[in-house]
Amino acid sequence: MAESGCFHCGEALTGTEPWFVQINDAGHRVCCPGCKAVAELIRESGLADYYRFRTVPTGRPGDGNAVEAPELPWKPFDRPEMLDAVSTIASDGLRTCTMLVEGVRCAACGWLIERSLEQVPGVREIRVNPSSSRARLVWDPELLPLSGALGIVSRLGYRPHPGGAGAAEAAQREQRKALRRIGVAGIGMMQVMMYAVALWVGVFQDMDPGLQQLFRWVSMLVATPVALYAAFPFYAGAWRDLRSGRPGMDVPVALAIGGAWIASSWHTVIGAGEVYFESVTMFTFFLLLGRYLELRARHRAGDTHEALARLLPDSARRRIGRGEWQTVALRELKPGDIVSVRHGETLPADGRLHQDGTRLDESMLTGESRPRVRQQGEAALAGSINLGDPFEFTVERTGPDTLVSSIGRLLDRAQSERPPIAVSADVVARWFVVGVLGAAALTWFAWNAIDPTRAFEVTLAVLVATCPCALSIATPAALTAATGFLARCGLLVTRAGAIEKLARVKRVVFDKTGTLTHGKPRITAVETYGGYEREGALGIAAALEAVSEHPIARAFMIASPVAEASDVLVIPGLGIEGIVLGRRWRLGRPDWAARLCGGKAPPSKSEDTVVALADERGVAAVFRLADQLRSGVRNQVQRITAAGLTVEIASGDAADAVAPVAAAIGVSAWQAGLTPEGKLALLRQRQVAGETVAMIGDGVNDAPVLAGADVSVALAAGTPLAQTSADMVLLGESLEPFVIAIAEARRTVRIVRQNLAWAAGYNLVALPLAAAGFITPWMAALGMSASSLLVVLNALRLSRPPRRERGAAPAALPEGAGA
Amino acid sequence: MSILYLMIPMGIIIVAGALWAFFWAVDSGQFDDLESPAWRILLDDDTKPPDQAGKAPAEDSRNPRE
Repeated sequence: MAESGCFHCGEALTGTEPWFVQINDAGHRVCCPGCKAVAELIRESGLADYYRFRTVPTGRPGDGNAVEAPELPWKPFDRPEMLDAVSTIASDGLRTCTMLVEGVRCAACGWLIERSLEQVPGVREIRVNPSSSRARLVWDPELLPLSGALGIVSRLGYRPHPGGAGAAEAAQREQRKALRRIGVAGIGMMQVMMYAVALWVGVFQDMDPGLQQLFRWVSMLVATPVALYAAFPFYAGAWRDLRSGRPGMDVPVALAIGGAWIASSWHTVIGAGEVYFESVTMFTFFLLLGRYLELRARHRAGDTHEALARLLPDSARRRIGRGEWQTVALRELKPGDIVSVRHGETLPADGRLHQDGTRLDESMLTGESRPRVRQQGEAALAGSINLGDPFEFTVERTGPDTLVSSIGRLLDRAQSERPPIAVSADVVARWFVVGVLGAAALTWFAWNAIDPTRAFEVTLAVLVATCPCALSIATPAALTAATGFLARCGLLVTRAGAIEKLARVKRVVFDKTGTLTHGKPRITAVETYGGYEREGALGIAAALEAVSEHPIARAFMIASPVAEASDVLVIPGLGIEGIVLGRRWRLGRPDWAARLCGGKAPPSKSEDTVVALADERGVAAVFRLADQLRSGVRNQVQRITAAGLTVEIASGDAADAVAPVAAAIGVSAWQAGLTPEGKLALLRQRQVAGETVAMIGDGVNDAPVLAGADVSVALAAGTPLAQTSADMVLLGESLEPFVIAIAEARRTVRIVRQNLAWAAGYNLVALPLAAAGFITPWMAALGMSASSLLVVLNALRLSRPPRRERGAAPAALPEGAGA
Repeated sequence: MSILYLMIPMGIIIVAGALWAFFWAVDSGQFDDLESPAWRILLDDDTKPPDQAGKAPAEDSRNPRE
């Protein structure tokens, strides 16, 4: 079977790439020398199993040239002061460093990094946690510099960020704390339930009063840590709600747990009356479980500030004297430093330029894909890329003061100003809570008038019976099941409310570059002149472009350079010139390249980017480059439309670049030349018109728009910043999981409705019965649990594909073929 | 039934032991990553780097380009 994508990174192939790797006794096509190098490195380390067990394709390794001196950018971390900042030293001289590793996507990635580093002398321990992308390295600094270890990780195609694991560690602490509470509540619940059953049976079998008292005391002993320790978050939440004057779900929960525990303890001590310890523990356990699932989903979303840090390089070259430079870590950079930036490098800080004519790619900040030419004294922004000659600039703002960081703050604000639907859900919850509290208070007063001895018991039964337990489990259980299903399809849901909102979406807005298309120009056609072979011309072009990091240069990485180019000169805006195999060549704008031979450029009629290769004798070849559509986009867009949604394209690109793409996928509504503000305005306009809008994008310039959309989807291949502001992240190269997600979201909402209807119906029936005193607290707790169980089982249906699709799958389920 | 006076306190001790074990497991990171250990067992640690010199040429006939 023909492989449709690169064996290593899964990128779509044109089928003409000359790169192969030999893995597991078969040849596989890869897309570039970078992927080839990484795949061969993996094979030669005896780690080819990685390809058998990985669950998602690997990220594409940076550029091919990172392979030669991988430890270079990490050198500053070997200096003692930096080493102390990112690692700790133990008494035996071993150092421990925690780092974030960008690009770790599945268990096999973690395994690959661990095995590769374990083979290195000096590494004592390496653990990678793929779910948090965090690695812990223990090594002997005498045998191995930190830069060596980091270099190995980056050679495998991952990007380590030493010492950048603060937020991940906080998240882990929070998660561990929650797990401990669940453990206490769960084990306590099992025990107390056992004693409770004995007590209930004892009522009918004349239990020995001494034994009965023992059971009560033991129940109290076990239930007390549950009520005081495990349920603590509910008290804290209730207190916070009351102080801010907005009663949430926590208030009745805290009242029910706290009140029942106090009353039961009191009854145990005086040796008379009912105890409700089993209700206390069961209630606490189920609620904690729901909270925990939510917490896990939230942590997967990641941290904005860490993502921002990943946009900037880890090190910079600072001037320490006349003509002397020192590579320092980013955090050592101070305003006033003079920093040099080579061609193709990312600027580490905001500053002011020293010379004219600096060409900067600011697309990361503005979405504008064409380079800007900046003059002396003008501002240069952190995160932009130098496309021209090396230059120097004076640092003015670093770290959190840079413009990139302020985009991050903009993002935080857009997120906090968000969701109207979530707000309305809150309002409903508040009314529900007020209703429950009101009903409980009424019951209390009524029963005080009728029979004061039963007032407490009946009020408690009301609180437990009407407890939002099934209600509060109904939604999270369904969402968790759906989230798991979608994650297996390749779509990570990072925010709890996203699925509900996706079901309501009326309009889908796509970014173009990098979302509908691959975002990188590829060679679509080669025309040769003067007797040159296609392969030969590509080889010369590749040799010239090997030194460049211009986006166009990457398109030529599919070819192998015929030789090393010398005297290479990058002429901003025009192209690249150099000597290959003793002849001077130009590769670039056709008219400029043709001038070398004094000839004329071949006429061009298409709107694609055209690059010509010429030497002194004439034009050798013309390459057409275009950004290609992702595979299957047309079909996917059709299915989205068939589901009743409107599809629109909002792009920062020029109209003549957007129109053909829109036509190719059959979309009539498109907007071109939009700034990030323009995109946001378009979005607001649609939202004001009453539509729920989903936005799919990948770039930094999409981040604020993503944050403002009702549902936002980012691509894993895009910038981390877009991912932190997104509700969902597409893991692979295809948009297919998003189409599946629309159907799954609608199914989820249907099941949530069924669950809520059941839970609300149960509560409505139970409330009058409980208020009338027909239901004792333990009956209420039992009924509540049964109701919750039913709701959970219903929700679990979402973790499997819908029946229609299962039937459609051939051979797998023959009996379902007719369904 | 008086044996219950002994059994139930013993049960409590066992539960306390179970809780202690659970806390230890949480603190030592047993629950931090619930997915990769399942895969880890499938991934073979002992694979030696294959002897490329002897093997590769024989396979090249299948390779459409070389």
